[in-house]
Amino acid sequence: MTKIVVDGKEIEVPAEYTLLQACEAAGAEIPRFCFHERLSIAGNCRMCLVELKGSPKPVASCAWAVRDCRPGPNGEPPVVNTKTPMVKKAREGVMEFLLINHPLDCPICDQGGECDLQDQAMAYGVDKSRYHENKRAVEDKYIGPLVKTIMTRCIHCTRCVRFTTEVAGVAELGAIGRGEDMEITTYLEQAMSSELQGNVIDLCPVGALTSKPYAFQARPWELTKTESVDAMDAAGSNIRVDVRGREVQRILPRLHEDVNEEWISDKSRFIWDGLRTQRLDKPYVRIKGKLVRASWSDAFAAIADKMRGLDAKKVGAIVGDLSTTEEAFAIKALMDAIGSPNLDCRQDGSVLHPKYGRASYLFNATIAGIEQADGLMIIGANPRREAPVINARIRKRWRAGDFKIGVIGEKADLTYDYAYLGAGPETLADFVKHKKAQLKKQIWLIGQGALARPDGEAVLSMFAKSVHSVGGIADGWNGFSVLHTAASRVGALDVGAVPGEGGLTATQMAKAKSLGVLFLLGADEIEVDSDAFVVYIGTHGDRGAHRADVILPAAAYTEKSGIFVNTEGRPQLAKRAAFAPGDAREDWAILRALSDVIGHKLPWDSLSALRQRMFAAHPHLAKLDQIVPADASQLAALSKLGGEAKKTGFKSPVIDFYLTNPIARASAIMAECSRLAAGKLPQAAE
Amino acid sequence: MLADKDRIFRNLYGVHDWGLKGAMQRGAWDGTKAIITKGRDWIINEMKASGLRGRGGAGFPTGLKWSFMPKESTDGRPSYLVVNADESEPGTCKDREIMRHDPHLLIEGCLIAGFAMNAHTGYIYVRGEYIHERERLEAAIEQAYEAGLLGKKNKCGWDFDLYVHHGAGAYICGEETALLESLEGKKGMPRLKPPFPANVGLYGCPTTVNNVESIAVAPDILRRGAAWFSGFGRPNNAGTKLFCVSGHVNQPCNVEEAMSIPFRELIDKHCGGIRGGWDNLLACIPGGSSVPIVPAAQIVDCPMDFDALKELKSGLGTAAVIVMDKSTDVVRAIARISYFYKHESCGQCTPCREGTGWMWRVLTRMAEGRAQKKEIDLLLDVAGQVEGHTICALGDAAAWPVQGLIRHFRHDIEKRIDDYAANPHSDSVLVAAE
Repeated sequence: MTKIVVDGKEIEVPAEYTLLQACEAAGAEIPRFCFHERLSIAGNCRMCLVELKGSPKPVASCAWAVRDCRPGPNGEPPVVNTKTPMVKKAREGVMEFLLINHPLDCPICDQGGECDLQDQAMAYGVDKSRYHENKRAVEDKYIGPLVKTIMTRCIHCTRCVRFTTEVAGVAELGAIGRGEDMEITTYLEQAMSSELQGNVIDLCPVGALTSKPYAFQARPWELTKTESVDAMDAAGSNIRVDVRGREVQRILPRLHEDVNEEWISDKSRFIWDGLRTQRLDKPYVRIKGKLVRASWSDAFAAIADKMRGLDAKKVGAIVGDLSTTEEAFAIKALMDAIGSPNLDCRQDGSVLHPKYGRASYLFNATIAGIEQADGLMIIGANPRREAPVINARIRKRWRAGDFKIGVIGEKADLTYDYAYLGAGPETLADFVKHKKAQLKKQIWLIGQGALARPDGEAVLSMFAKSVHSVGGIADGWNGFSVLHTAASRVGALDVGAVPGEGGLTATQMAKAKSLGVLFLLGADEIEVDSDAFVVYIGTHGDRGAHRADVILPAAAYTEKSGIFVNTEGRPQLAKRAAFAPGDAREDWAILRALSDVIGHKLPWDSLSALRQRMFAAHPHLAKLDQIVPADASQLAALSKLGGEAKKTGFKSPVIDFYLTNPIARASAIMAECSRLAAGKLPQAAE
Repeated sequence: MLADKDRIFRNLYGVHDWGLKGAMQRGAWDGTKAIITKGRDWIINEMKASGLRGRGGAGFPTGLKWSFMPKESTDGRPSYLVVNADESEPGTCKDREIMRHDPHLLIEGCLIAGFAMNAHTGYIYVRGEYIHERERLEAAIEQAYEAGLLGKKNKCGWDFDLYVHHGAGAYICGEETALLESLEGKKGMPRLKPPFPANVGLYGCPTTVNNVESIAVAPDILRRGAAWFSGFGRPNNAGTKLFCVSGHVNQPCNVEEAMSIPFRELIDKHCGGIRGGWDNLLACIPGGSSVPIVPAAQIVDCPMDFDALKELKSGLGTAAVIVMDKSTDVVRAIARISYFYKHESCGQCTPCREGTGWMWRVLTRMAEGRAQKKEIDLLLDVAGQVEGHTICALGDAAAWPVQGLIRHFRHDIEKRIDDYAANPHSDSVLVAAE
């Protein structure tokens, strides 16, 4: 700790602190544009200048460390002033320079109301312009379908360049030209290829990079902001859903150091137009092969008809990827009441099962734990496509150095270097009897690409053996980490939404010829090829709805309250930001009503009552935002599973990042991104 | 006047052989091994005692700079010597002559400086436009390698490899950290300091960046002794110096002279006087385009050295003396310099990127008289907002000429504004070659 005097106040801060951090610790506000906590220091906006005693010039506080300050002649602590006339003049000067070539188009700028330049001009600028020359105009660039550019507004802080290079790992944005002719571009006006590119919109302190789909949609002060949780992947990114009227206008990330820091993937951010299209807003009943609009009571009557006298064993239910934990709990309770063991949440055919213990299906190392790790083995997963935010965390750790990464599975550009070890179980077998590795904190990451296959149990067993043999599980460290792809999965496994004794798995139910009624709770990733009477409870006219005999319209993840447990086992509460369209209802209410109709009334009348039941049965779910560490000793049993693994290589289940769920498939923006990523969309420069 | 025997650059005009043989006849590579045998501390102390101040413009004591380098590598990082031959300051052409006609002085200096700072590798970053000079330098290095003076296990007793890197022609790459960035293959944009290159320089290793002239004079200083070198010039401004005199003198020239030579003597002895006589002198920019202009009355008897010119609120800079007689349109001259800095600003930091363009635009109008008098103060204020607020010194370099102009020629600008206002319908004056 070093002493430093800020505005006459003596404080102690770590020597590696920058002056900016030290000033903030002392309660002094320092304006900044280019500085960002999670990016490298550029020091180019010069807004953060402060007066350092002994230095003839003001110094950029973001780039000057406390340890760089020389003590006074008698060893006095360095003195920093942030409120002197010199600092005020310097800030006004920089502010004026930033504004001389910045257009005065705030009334038509989407950044208006949440613009750093606006705010800081109010706080640190002067009230009039002395610049009477012509302003600079810069041609707008095409950098993809998600980010709109109005480059005349750019103040050259290079946050976007640093983000894409450092965090996203694609060096696609850069600056060409020099001096006042410097321009930010993707060089040949190509679309950015990163799945985190939307974050540059948040990073841009002015309106140069704004959201293309959201352009001219709303003003920030018109929006109702709801803090929620993302369901596009299993990372559980924290989001803020901005709604005007009934419609979600945009989705922004929310800070959570242990999960998503302040990034979200493009799918999480731009999914919202999918919430408006292809929506199921009325119940439907299939009459003579055609789906016909019906009332709720008619739809329920049709289901009750089918259920009447049906053998309980002939009823099945599949929980989809976007369902909340409450829904999984409710349908489990319903199936128990009916007396059917045919319930499954693993529509991809994964072999993970709560019977092997909670540790067997969690990302035990935790996302924040990636930063403490010294080695990572990725097996059968493509984190970049399956959970871009987690991939960014891996890249962050990799950039810090001394981090060994190995991959077994598909070769892919993960934005960091890794040792490619092999394609499938044969390579994994090399580690089963491997000697202990030197590394202390290894993460062994296994994806659904290795587990959702017929020989999944054998692979899981080999994996567990490998983790044990190389020392991936040590005192206070559990490197056994499962990367999920579905937001609902961990929660559903937690409440035991898996086949009971003699029950059918999701894959078996989809093919079974003997099922009478099959409930699909938003399950769209599975092809139902049986002659069962299918009741689809979901939001979008997707695969499940096409196959359905009765459709019960439900609420999407922004339209209901519910708990999502992320891949590391962290329960987080998603809140309702908007209402479901038309006659659609929240899923728990549908299940409750349905249970009454088919004569197995569920014992709750409100969501909170349901939640209380669930918390009583599974107390760890009540600890919101906390990870209850799973017992690693259970993993030893996994090793004993054994089995014969096939030789086929692991393949990531996410082939198209942009189209992994029904909401994404209904989104025009995601469709465009998908075509672009597949190289099917001609770009500006072609 | 400097006696011929005291000249360091004895082939400045290229009348003799530039090659190794000629250079050795003139004394280069003489006793290099003996100098190295005397050890690192002796060299650095001798350089400090000589009073040599960096010849690139800032005038930082060279011996002191060398002493900042780590004596031993404690963490395995090598040290590097980088020679700044990106001589782009308008008016300056001294390094060019050294590389053209006396390249071996520079090469020998690199070896000795490399030894003094524990560097086995040196890079010479040559300005993009200096194609002939680069070829000459490469040829000279080739000769030195063939003669066993450079490379591993050479005759001088210090393993040293020297590489020439050719820039792409950007003024900003003459700034030491931008030069390092460029040398690393990145965009030539200055780095934030601290850390300084002596701690974290080229490829993150300790590095010293020196001007060509500073390095090229080192062997002669060490051969002849610090006392000899410090015998020239006033205290704290020791040594001999290459002056590049251009502009309105009868014979513009490059000349090696003792520091602190009065301006009048420099011009009379070497340049045949001012064009049209001394009464015709208007002003002088004494140290390359970036230093403030000094009017005739102040400059004529001023000793040409760092401290005397600093007292005149100007600077010796690179000692590129630009002389202007009374035919000069001084406002247009500074406007043109202002354009240069606007054009060469790297665009990284705000005050320089935005301020240089603003100053140039206002000055361009003022050169015509198409401005208001209050804009003179505005211009001064803008220059003050650029100066000292930027990452590198280019902001200062852009502001100083403007400040110098307003300090000494405000009346000229005012008169022009008055003239323009009095005759608003006149055609603008056509100028040749524009």
